[in-house]
Amino acid sequence: MASITMKDLVKAYGDTEVLHHIEGDINDGEFIVIVGPSGCGKSTLLRMVAGLETVTSGEISIGDKVVNKLEPADRDIAMVFQNYALYPHMSVRENMAYGLKIRKIAKAEIDRRVREAADILEIGQYLDRKPRQLSGGQRQRVAMGRAIVRNPQVFLFDEPLSNLDAKLRVQMRLEIRKLQQRLGVTSIYVTHDQVEAMTLGDRLMVLNGGYVEQFGTPIELYDRPATLFVAGFIGSPSMNFLPAEAKDGTLTLGNGATVSGGGHSTGAVTLGIRPEHLMHDENGPIGISVQMFEQLGANTLLHGVLEGTDTEIVASMPGHVSTGEGSVMRFSAEASVLHVFDAASGKRIEE
Amino acid sequence: MLKRVHFPTSLLPYLLVAPQVIITLVFFVWPASQAVYQSFLIEDAFGISTEFVWFENFAYLASDEQYLGSFGRTIFFSVCVAVLSMSAALVLAGFADRIVRGATTYRTLLIWPYAVAPVLAGALWVFMFNPTLGIFPYILEFVGIDWNHYLNGSHAMMLVIFAAAWKQIAYNFLFYLAAMQSIPRSLIEAAAIDGAGPVRRFWDHIFPLVSPTTFFLLVINAVYAFFDTFGIIHAVTQGGPANATTILVYKVYNDGFVGLDLGGSAAQSVILMILVIAMTVVQFRYVERKVEY
Amino acid sequence: MIENRPILNMISHAVLILGVVIVALPIWITFVAATHDPVRMTQAPIPMLPGGYFWENFTQTLFGGGLSGTESAPVWRMLLNSMMMALMISFGKIAISLLSAFAIVYFKFPFRMGFFWLIFITLMLPVEVRILPTFQVIADLGMLNSYWGLSIPLIASATATFMFRQVFLTIPDEMLESARIDGAGPLRFFWDILIPLSRTNIAALFVILFIYGWNQYLWPLLITTETDMTTIVMSIKQMLEAAEQSPQWNIIMMTALLAMIPPVFVVVAMQRLFVQGLTETDK
Repeated sequence: MASITMKDLVKAYGDTEVLHHIEGDINDGEFIVIVGPSGCGKSTLLRMVAGLETVTSGEISIGDKVVNKLEPADRDIAMVFQNYALYPHMSVRENMAYGLKIRKIAKAEIDRRVREAADILEIGQYLDRKPRQLSGGQRQRVAMGRAIVRNPQVFLFDEPLSNLDAKLRVQMRLEIRKLQQRLGVTSIYVTHDQVEAMTLGDRLMVLNGGYVEQFGTPIELYDRPATLFVAGFIGSPSMNFLPAEAKDGTLTLGNGATVSGGGHSTGAVTLGIRPEHLMHDENGPIGISVQMFEQLGANTLLHGVLEGTDTEIVASMPGHVSTGEGSVMRFSAEASVLHVFDAASGKRIEE
Repeated sequence: MLKRVHFPTSLLPYLLVAPQVIITLVFFVWPASQAVYQSFLIEDAFGISTEFVWFENFAYLASDEQYLGSFGRTIFFSVCVAVLSMSAALVLAGFADRIVRGATTYRTLLIWPYAVAPVLAGALWVFMFNPTLGIFPYILEFVGIDWNHYLNGSHAMMLVIFAAAWKQIAYNFLFYLAAMQSIPRSLIEAAAIDGAGPVRRFWDHIFPLVSPTTFFLLVINAVYAFFDTFGIIHAVTQGGPANATTILVYKVYNDGFVGLDLGGSAAQSVILMILVIAMTVVQFRYVERKVEY
Repeated sequence: MIENRPILNMISHAVLILGVVIVALPIWITFVAATHDPVRMTQAPIPMLPGGYFWENFTQTLFGGGLSGTESAPVWRMLLNSMMMALMISFGKIAISLLSAFAIVYFKFPFRMGFFWLIFITLMLPVEVRILPTFQVIADLGMLNSYWGLSIPLIASATATFMFRQVFLTIPDEMLESARIDGAGPLRFFWDILIPLSRTNIAALFVILFIYGWNQYLWPLLITTETDMTTIVMSIKQMLEAAEQSPQWNIIMMTALLAMIPPVFVVVAMQRLFVQGLTETDK
């Protein structure tokens, strides 16, 4: 087990810098999810920790050892790949044992560890099969088994669930979480799926365009997103953004309606309200011209525009609502769930 | 071209490429450059002195009737071999593609001439056409043809063309059959529903769709006829009678090893190299085009 | 099949059978000639059905001096030479191509592209266009009349290197990453992962190269002057020359048959690999 420290980490290909001065401390035993849209540099960051990409500048330490120059094999890590990367010509058993064999671990010990990992993952009956004879979920387990037998200080997961179908993904997500809690190994998990990120991580690092937008617990990210990007990325359906003018603790929306909030700031801001925080209220300040309803069963998503403007807005209403298309419905929101961002910088404005 | 991730640089990659690079340098690059160098030299009859003569050897070749004749003959030979073996292969592949059962059996029976060495192919055909014993001269006599490829240049040319084309049918057949079998069935079915009969379908759909293969095979067959048929010529006619079957490769060998005209033979080698390079470029252009399909 | 037309099917089979007959005829005649006695083989027309001398011809060809009245190595010795040459060429080509393709795909090192183009050049210089100087090199190295001289100049091959490069490029990068995390060094990765994953490609290439090596003619003709080093394919030509004085077609054709059997067997027995090898190396 070990903590991981990233200090002023930079990755550049030629003159193009793709990761900018990443800072982050990961505690021993913690499950960290790196999340962001494709191309944000999250896989590159993970691969730098693994030693598969070189470090341009800065420092990565695992435990209290700087690992910048160490070969992947010498960093005491294990990695689960998106496409599993199982050796197709080796049986499940050989796949799991390969790393141990190279490390010249005694045969009996290898057998014991493979058996143990196979029991944990319930793949004992497939040990002599080749990867191509297994289903996607089973291959996923073998890939994890290969990581477990090594008994490493750190697990690295590179979008390990994205090749599975939706139902299996949910199931495997829970299993990964349970496994990590049971083994207590420090883990870094990369995904573009914010639901996966929210449910798995002790803490989330949100990356965008090579910058860390925010690094915190899922609830922190949901309750107090530091930037517009995080606000829009975390939560589903995603947050509504309404342009507004702030003055003396009052926000004036595009159609002249006012909401209290904004603290001491003055000038152009963006008001963020999550769909689930908009409450149907006949006297509410926010009017929505309803365009259509999306029935989800437990709740209903109302799609429309802010009355008198063309700013799109979504509200989540409990139960079934199906009438009112074309009309205007009114909503309010509590001051505590309003998020105000500087329109220019996109940074959160604290009250 | 290169993997995203690679092993750290060390001495190892140099050691790994060393065997191939050394062999290439010693047995390919050095001899080829020697050939180019020698093509600028003239050696006197006793091999005592050599003189650097720039392009004189090439100029001589350009005006040498024998060489020009050999050039024309090589082209004629190549075209005949390519057309004969490719059309035979196309017809056979067309029918083999049609039948449901037994296509693999026919393939097995048709492909093995590929494994027969050119010189052996030559030997088999020269035996079949042996003027006194051969089965074909015997038959031809009934229609009034007095076959003798030892004396008749056209007969000799026909014989080497037959032998060369025969050997190449297998190769062309395999590529045509593979190309035809990769045409989506639904496309041919659509044509059938549009009312096209089997012959029409072949000419309107199958033949155009395998045209990339046709082009590819044309280049391959040309290279084959230019360079790989040495054994056939050497076994069947030795370039004769009266140079009637002396193709370029045979002439390089003959002038160099038998006639000991080093400069002239080297100049011919250089011309052949240029031809191979041109054909290789054409072939690679084809590969690029193929990617776009 | 699209429509059911029995007549068309019959025509298809008829054409294909005709094709098979034309393709097989030279071989059949060779076989028939190899089963008759020398006297019968001097009378026109030659027979079209097998005779009863197969075994006599076979033993005389294989263990006797081949043609009577000529100076030549016994045929079994020539078969051995051919086998050695074909195997050395195929294994040599496969080995050096695997190594160089591995270096070019999996390492980044100065002059990598230079080496790549150098290898590419071999594609443009078949032995036929550089015979004299290559012969001089072999003579200078004292490699005339040796298995090394027969095989080494032919084992540099751009096509095999390109093919393996292609194969390696289709192997997912994660294989390498995962092997590196498992602690496999370059040679271990090569041996444990790359070679097993390229197994069928290696086999397919072997089939092609064996035929290529076995059927070499011009090169052995140039560099072997001792009868002990003659290959079986070369010997046919010498026999044909001798046949002009004293025709012994039964022995010549038996020799031809023996010269054909190994490569033909390889093609027919390993047809699937052969087709794969052919289409992969030439594209």
